[in-house]
Amino acid sequence: MANDRAKLTFWLLLAPLMIWLLTLIVLPHLGMFLVSLREKVGVREYETSFANYAVFFNEPLYWNTFARTAYMSVTATALTLFIGFPIAYYIAKLTRGRTKTTLFLMCLIPFWVSELVRTFGWMILLRETGVISNVLQYLGLVGGPVEMLYNDAAIMTGLVYTSMLFMVVPLVTTLDSLDDSLIEAGYDLGASGFAILREIVIPHAMPGIVSGCIVVFMLSLGNYLTPILLGGKDSLWFTGLIYNQFITRFNWELGSAFGFLLLGLSSLIVFVGLKLSRQSLGKTMAQT
Amino acid sequence: MPNTPDLECRAISKSFDDFKAVKDVSFSVPQGTFFSILGPSGCGKTTLLRMIAGFQKPTGGDLLIKGNSVLEVPPNKRPVSMVFQHLALFPMMNIGANVGFGLRQRGVNKTDIKKQVERVLERVGLGGVADRPVSSLSGGQKQRVAIARCMVLEPDVLLLDEPLGALDLKLREHMKIELKQLQSEFNTTFVYITHDQSEALVMSDQIAVMNHGVFEQVGTAKELYYEPATAFVAGFVGEANRLRATFKSAEGGLLQMVTPEGRALGGVDAGQGLSPGETVEVFVRPEAVRLSRNAADVAQMGNTGQGRVENILFNGANSQLILRDQATGAEMNMALPQTGEFRDLERGAEIAFGWDPQQTRVYRSKGNAHGK
Amino acid sequence: MITGIPQSGAFRWTYRAYVTLFFVYLALPLVTVCVFAFNDSVFPSLPWEGFTWAWFFGDEAPYIGVFHERPILRSIVTSGVVAFWVALLAVFVGTCNAFLFVRHEFRGKGFLYILMLLPLIIPGIILGISILVFSSSVANFLEDATGLWFDGLRPGLILVVLGQFSFITTFATLVISARLQKFDPSLEEAALNLGATRWGAVRAVTLPFLFPAMAAAGVVAVLMSFENFNTTLMLVGSDAPLTITMFDRLKLGSTPVLNAVSLLLMVVSALLGLASLLLQKRSD
Repeated sequence: MANDRAKLTFWLLLAPLMIWLLTLIVLPHLGMFLVSLREKVGVREYETSFANYAVFFNEPLYWNTFARTAYMSVTATALTLFIGFPIAYYIAKLTRGRTKTTLFLMCLIPFWVSELVRTFGWMILLRETGVISNVLQYLGLVGGPVEMLYNDAAIMTGLVYTSMLFMVVPLVTTLDSLDDSLIEAGYDLGASGFAILREIVIPHAMPGIVSGCIVVFMLSLGNYLTPILLGGKDSLWFTGLIYNQFITRFNWELGSAFGFLLLGLSSLIVFVGLKLSRQSLGKTMAQT
Repeated sequence: MPNTPDLECRAISKSFDDFKAVKDVSFSVPQGTFFSILGPSGCGKTTLLRMIAGFQKPTGGDLLIKGNSVLEVPPNKRPVSMVFQHLALFPMMNIGANVGFGLRQRGVNKTDIKKQVERVLERVGLGGVADRPVSSLSGGQKQRVAIARCMVLEPDVLLLDEPLGALDLKLREHMKIELKQLQSEFNTTFVYITHDQSEALVMSDQIAVMNHGVFEQVGTAKELYYEPATAFVAGFVGEANRLRATFKSAEGGLLQMVTPEGRALGGVDAGQGLSPGETVEVFVRPEAVRLSRNAADVAQMGNTGQGRVENILFNGANSQLILRDQATGAEMNMALPQTGEFRDLERGAEIAFGWDPQQTRVYRSKGNAHGK
Repeated sequence: MITGIPQSGAFRWTYRAYVTLFFVYLALPLVTVCVFAFNDSVFPSLPWEGFTWAWFFGDEAPYIGVFHERPILRSIVTSGVVAFWVALLAVFVGTCNAFLFVRHEFRGKGFLYILMLLPLIIPGIILGISILVFSSSVANFLEDATGLWFDGLRPGLILVVLGQFSFITTFATLVISARLQKFDPSLEEAALNLGATRWGAVRAVTLPFLFPAMAAAGVVAVLMSFENFNTTLMLVGSDAPLTITMFDRLKLGSTPVLNAVSLLLMVVSALLGLASLLLQKRSD
């Protein structure tokens, strides 16, 4: 009797999870995969083939955009790590009490507003008639208005800005858990600051670094707003191609193939990152 | 310079804002000594140790190691090593890499490091574990690795920051003996801080009792126990019954006192030069008190009394008896010998007790003196 | 804080300057957006033409403030409705998941847990198109089979809610599970021991304990839903939530009314974020 009750409870709890995962995650992705394998041969006539993937590999614009997106995302991830690590270390190890909480919250605040608003802010700052251009002219550093929008540096600025939180939070969490006495012990045993960083701090922070990098890379890869708004029409971001295929050209088959390629790349990087650092997905995601 | 002490502190002090953690402490530790600093938490002993290690800068005084001032030497260049309270073994490295860490920083070549690491691990009885992760060790083994990690650098002084605190009682008892053995084997100067008197008493050659940023007394375990210089030491090292009394007169080295309830007591001056009429504190150790069912047995002891048994705290060889002195109403604590004689003693029973005035130490009363 | 490692003064000052610069970088775009909400000019850019409230309360063209802009007001309402449903569903399913993963042992648990985490590593735009493709196929199939219309499966608010729910639930699950893991099951056993039924014990003891985490998860869900762009972009129909409306405006060229909306968004997000922090603090 009690056993039946327990079983019923179990099934009732399992049901929402299964419905969610099946109808919104598993089946849609399977469906998308099937659609990507469809080749349109006539009006409402389809054949199963890899034609859509062949289109991708035969059209340099497509795979160039793909490679560029991946390359830019890796760069953005590395930049975010290099900029964010000293900040995280400062918050975790060189401040305490009120200051620490305040600085940590200040890191979070920008991310309580929509990515759209943040990107809008960068547009106002960077464009030809924008704030930075005006300030530079006022200071006499440049002769006329400078356009700082619609180039790769602008995209990079926006991507790093948008991703910063997802790097700093896991880094602060892992660095916080590093016992200060380990650093002191290293120092006591004769290590220089650099040796401590390399042999103690970074190995300890590895889980945070990996989870931060994975999340930042994924977010950059899948970003649409920042490259489109800050990079302009020629931003050549892969998500832009997907959007065009789906919404503008209404070529869902090719769009799905693109989607799958992007998903494949993102999963591959996550997988490789986890393998290289010998972390598990569950542990890594729990950091964020 | 054979007589230069390994470690010498000259009027060293440390203030945080307006709080003085360490006040003008001076001492020196000869080579090969096991030196303990014993004191309650907050007495400044950790600050003192961290100053010696170089993690804190003294606000006054000087610090010498082998006769050279090290005030300007950063911790990574000081010839001292430290065993941290929670050991601070690097979890990201295996045992060998932990022990070899300091040598690597010195740029010793790999084969030498390997040899030296293996040698020091063997000396602490852990040969052949270099490739295992730190987490595979037991608490006691970790302790030994932490010591090996320091000793491989052959420091002039090894600092130990209550490293036994995290261990369970049984292991702690065992490690006390082991630490002492390691120290005499390496023949290195150890400076050990602890709040646990038994750790200090068992292991040390010299003990400094610290309170409120100053050393109350420095001496051997026996000296601290039998001749505590201050009321604080008498109360902190070992157990003691504390009675309040007024000093009446001195006769042949013995002080005559009377308690507020009118009971006469005899005792010896702990060296504070008391004068008649002063309010004093009288300390007597529970184990110095003799019990007898027969008042005549203890009548010769100088300080005697009758009491009613309030409570019996049975704890094997360390059993105690809590007694209410019938004359003064004071509660007294005394050791209950487990000879079988008092096995049938019950709560409420009446019993005679007495102790020798020579075992009774008298201190000037500081009003609210500290102690147990 | 490591006090023990001495650092040179120059190093310390450089480090501090770097940290300060970093926070300037973080604050700069947001401050800019806020400041230009008050510029008395039709473009959110320099020169500064003077202070005005017109972009909030103005009702004369071209100075139409947020509170008189119907399309924007409507999209705020739309976003609110979407956020409400997403939060409700995500907290409900998240709570069920938390109980399932914390309290039950079953075959395939590890696999399901990983599957549950997957939405975190699927780019939002892919989530959007996969749901779009799938729901359209289902709609086509059902319409062919029954001859009826299934508009709910076509791009529109229902799909937007489902799309956002599909990944926000993972966050809700993680937040609520973390709290449930801290729960001492002996409290529930004590309630049972005192005569409560199993459900009664859960309701009287466990759920009140979980409530702060559920509320925090709800707030986070509302915030994420309000901010979401990628998934929503692929699933949106004729009723656009706020971010989509703003994006369309931005592409056309913007007036400071967008700054005003952004400023309001920031204030509301900050309040919500603060609420969620307070809730999480209470739950610790």
